[in-house]
Amino acid sequence: MRSFLYQRATDPGMAVQALSAAAAANNPLTQAAAQPLAGGTTLIDLMKLDVMRPAAIVDINPLARGWSGIETGGEKLRLGALAKMSDVAAHADIQRHYPVIANSLRLAASAQLRNMATLGGNVMQRTRCSYFRDTSYDNCNKRIPGSGCAAMDGVNRMHAVLGTSDQCIATYPGDFAQALIALDATVEITGKSGTRSMPFAQLHKAPGNTPDIETTLQPGELISAFSIPRRWPRSVYLKARDRQSYEFALSSAAIALDVQDGMIRDARVALGGVATVPWRAREAESLLKGQKFDDGLARRAADAAFADAKGRQHNSFKISLGKRLVARALQQASTMEV
Amino acid sequence: MSDKSSSRSSGFDRRAFMAGAGIALVPLTARAAVQDPTQAAAQDPALPVEVTLRVNGQDKRLRIDARTTVLDALREHMGLTGSKKGCDHGQCGACTVLIGDRRVVSCLTLALAAEGQEITTIEGLATGDRLHPMQQAFIDNDAFQCGYCTPGQIMSAVACVKEGHAGSDEDIREYMSGNICRCAAYPNIVAAVKQAAPDIMKG
Ligand SMILES: Cc1cc2nc3c(=O)[nH]c(=O)nc-3n(C[C@H](O)[C@H](O)[C@H](O)COP(=O)(O)OP(=O)(O)OC[C@H]3O[C@@H](n4cnc5c(N)ncnc54)[C@H](O)[C@@H]3O)c2cc1C
Ligand code: SF4
Ligand code: FES
Ligand code: FES
Repeated sequence: MRSFLYQRATDPGMAVQALSAAAAANNPLTQAAAQPLAGGTTLIDLMKLDVMRPAAIVDINPLARGWSGIETGGEKLRLGALAKMSDVAAHADIQRHYPVIANSLRLAASAQLRNMATLGGNVMQRTRCSYFRDTSYDNCNKRIPGSGCAAMDGVNRMHAVLGTSDQCIATYPGDFAQALIALDATVEITGKSGTRSMPFAQLHKAPGNTPDIETTLQPGELISAFSIPRRWPRSVYLKARDRQSYEFALSSAAIALDVQDGMIRDARVALGGVATVPWRAREAESLLKGQKFDDGLARRAADAAFADAKGRQHNSFKISLGKRLVARALQQASTMEV
Repeated sequence: MSDKSSSRSSGFDRRAFMAGAGIALVPLTARAAVQDPTQAAAQDPALPVEVTLRVNGQDKRLRIDARTTVLDALREHMGLTGSKKGCDHGQCGACTVLIGDRRVVSCLTLALAAEGQEITTIEGLATGDRLHPMQQAFIDNDAFQCGYCTPGQIMSAVACVKEGHAGSDEDIREYMSGNICRCAAYPNIVAAVKQAAPDIMKG
């Protein structure tokens, strides 16, 4: 690990100032000279691997007092960016009214990591592409723009089948972000000119020609909270992985249904483990809306979700796996007691 | 690991940045943030910083590199080698300690970020010569072979019980999954956690 300046931010203004001071170098956020430190489970890991090389880190944990709230009053849910994954997963109101959130967090990482990791850091975690994580490979457009992509014809079993480009096929690895997509979350961002909000779906950017730019967040900006506009008690998170616990998703599905008198009034389908960004399957949603649920409908919706999927040598299995997982998640959501 | 890409991949001049950093950044040299920006400009990130860690009820003042993790602080600077380094990347759980009442992996926790918090390691579990119920249960159930993962397993297990996640074998397996055992002593670990759970809950 390279040496860095360690600084504790005692208030949001100080954090933003320290981070923006380093932003002048005109780099994408992923390579900004100063990085915020939350739980450190991505940042310290990638600094040890020499993939991230900030000259300064700004410890934002002292902001937890104001930024780690879990507010569940009424229909709306507000989650502070420094809330720990474990605390949110264990919260009774969240388990009851937003099960897709509780389960996306409960099924992620390990108990130790969930105790450390924050929601804000979680959505900002970097891909697990092994060529990205290993600096002995020269070809990784995400790490070194313009250098090529070793995964394209390499070992790409874990890689994405949706939202890829000819520059990068790296999977967005997290779980929680799919729950946020499914529940129409907004993200609150604190920067130099105060606080702004935008749909969470606008945070992540597909790789396109600039895989090194992963989000629309600007250097000097911090995620301060997430809001979910209403309850979705009929929601599930399913995750298929190589082992039963403590593993990233090969494929995951976050489903939220609004069912009345047997009719699907509204539906949300978000996919993880198969796409370059937290993925919303709108085609599947529109098939479901206004229909009565049956297994045939679930299969058609699952097919629609993967209609544009492109497999490569080792990851084509994710398409059939993903479809089955979506169909099963839809079944579970439609039959769950709420 | 080779470092062929070093010149390109970060795309900014670290030296230039560090030279300018003092203008707005207030580095932490000792326990408190330095308020004087001229002093900040002089701060060299390569120099050691002072930090006080509270480990097993005792304060220890250390002069360390800012990069030092809690795990390295324990093992290399405090002589507490009970916590083990398996992967150094948060993947195996061998380095598990408690910070406050929470289990964490100490290999991904910066010592500076743990300042002011109560750290408990495997060395802090026993009361004098009397083993902690979880330590005793690991012995009673033969819950290890080589023993390398064991300190991490025991620290994790203590927290697992206190979190209320030791109600069934299935729960224990799920909530102990962050601790890998290369010797695959898993069935006996589950038995040990089950044995110790009631004692720990009694307090
Ligand atoms: C072994 C292992 C297994 C894992 N398995 C899973 C899994 O199954 N599912 C899953 O979802 N995740 C998994 N993870 C990833 C883990 O969940 C993330 O590392 C964690 O959530 C990141 O949160 P953090 O608070 O530790 O972030 P940090 O490491 O502190 O930060 C991550 C990045 O986000 C930036 N950042 C932090 N906070 C903010 C903020 N508020 N605003 C803007 N930027 C910010 C940091 O600068 C950094 O670049 C795993 C990790 C490990 C090591
Ligand atoms: S898939 Fe993306 S992250 Fe992985 S090697 Fe290719 S460019 Fe790099
Ligand atoms: S050494 Fe910390 S998790 Fe492996
Ligand atoms: S006892 Fe050998 S690794 Fe667990």
